[in-house]
Amino acid sequence: MMTLEEFTVNLEKEFEGVEPGSFTPDTHYRDIKNWSSIYALIVVAFVDLNFNVILNATDLRSTNTIRELYDLAVQKHV
Amino acid sequence: MFNTIHHVALKGLSVCVPSKVERTMDYNWISEEERAMFIRNTGVEEKRTAGKGMATSDLCERSANALIEKLGWERNSIDVLIFVSQSPDYFLPATSAILQNKLQLKKDLVAFDVNLGCSGYIYGLQIISNLLAAGNFKRGLLLAGDKSTLSTNYRDKSTYPLFGDAGTATALEFNESAPPMYFNLFTDGSGYKSIIVEDGGSRNHVSQDSFVEVKIDEGIYRCRINLVLDGMEIFNFALREVAPSIENILKESGVAKETIDYFVFHQANRLINESVRKKCRVEPEKVPYSIDKFGNTSSASVPLTMLYKLKQNLESRSLKLLLSGFGVGYSWGNCIVQTDNLVCTDILEI
Repeated sequence: MMTLEEFTVNLEKEFEGVEPGSFTPDTHYRDIKNWSSIYALIVVAFVDLNFNVILNATDLRSTNTIRELYDLAVQKHV
Repeated sequence: MFNTIHHVALKGLSVCVPSKVERTMDYNWISEEERAMFIRNTGVEEKRTAGKGMATSDLCERSANALIEKLGWERNSIDVLIFVSQSPDYFLPATSAILQNKLQLKKDLVAFDVNLGCSGYIYGLQIISNLLAAGNFKRGLLLAGDKSTLSTNYRDKSTYPLFGDAGTATALEFNESAPPMYFNLFTDGSGYKSIIVEDGGSRNHVSQDSFVEVKIDEGIYRCRINLVLDGMEIFNFALREVAPSIENILKESGVAKETIDYFVFHQANRLINESVRKKCRVEPEKVPYSIDKFGNTSSASVPLTMLYKLKQNLESRSLKLLLSGFGVGYSWGNCIVQTDNLVCTDILEI
């Protein structure tokens, strides 16, 4: 399974326009510049592809940092 | 519901789009960054819009006339006409009846409308093929299309830039030597609110309130006769249901995934379609797109993509295709069909 560090690096790659290396596990991912509903879909697609876990809007709202997002994906992963 | 249909062959395909082009980058009421991001993730660079005075049936009529002529079919040899759309000419009568008259088809014709959107082409194929399979009806026309821009609010960035207008015609024929067609069709009405036009039907009568435009969010204005689209819910639905249903039809039919030449998906948006493709472990070169030039064209998207990207192959050889439609309802389904030297028109414009 993907580690938290790999998760952070790979998620950052999904967000075009984000300075490489600027994401850490404690980054509040919804605070990135121009966050929009499309970014939310990108996060859902990324988690689904890597963990086979489908997050909904409530799941996303329950997390703030990349670490929290990762922990949720791991917890829901079967 | 999985089922196999024998003795029906696809004979021809035609598509007509409006000549008016709208480009995503020209929507200057959305920030330039958002427009660029929208294009990257949905894939929609431009689309066609019908505008006032042009109905879905006009696009289907043009497609049908061109296809009938190219096939060399006698008009009185057509026994069935099905019109699939969620943007009919009128609340009533059925648009299929109007098309019977406009296309100068015989009165001894079975004609009816099917009210489905993104899954509509697959459902339409299944219904018309079922009617033809018994051999009582010899030839059928499936006319599928939508004027989706009719219900989208120009100032709603969550819907208007995504959808384009198109109409299509598919010709099918009873043929005892045709290879089997496989279908699986699904419905889950618990998601009906995820893509909806709230007013105008018998649940919520159209009233003055229906036309009051409300700001929902930044860049999202709509009234109650406009399309509402819950992107997250639809995305969840597509991830949850579409890939397993594709695996299901492959398993039930016994068709090996590797033998499918192309997987033609409804053009929902690139992010959804790529997620489905990756979940199904299908190579990118086997999944054609038309969304870049035509947007999400609802029930027209599968035949439009076939003609836009596969015309030469469809005309010149046999292809095994897996067609997949999914969305509003929720309604979704898949079809495995083998085509053979299909008669195709160019993509027409009016």
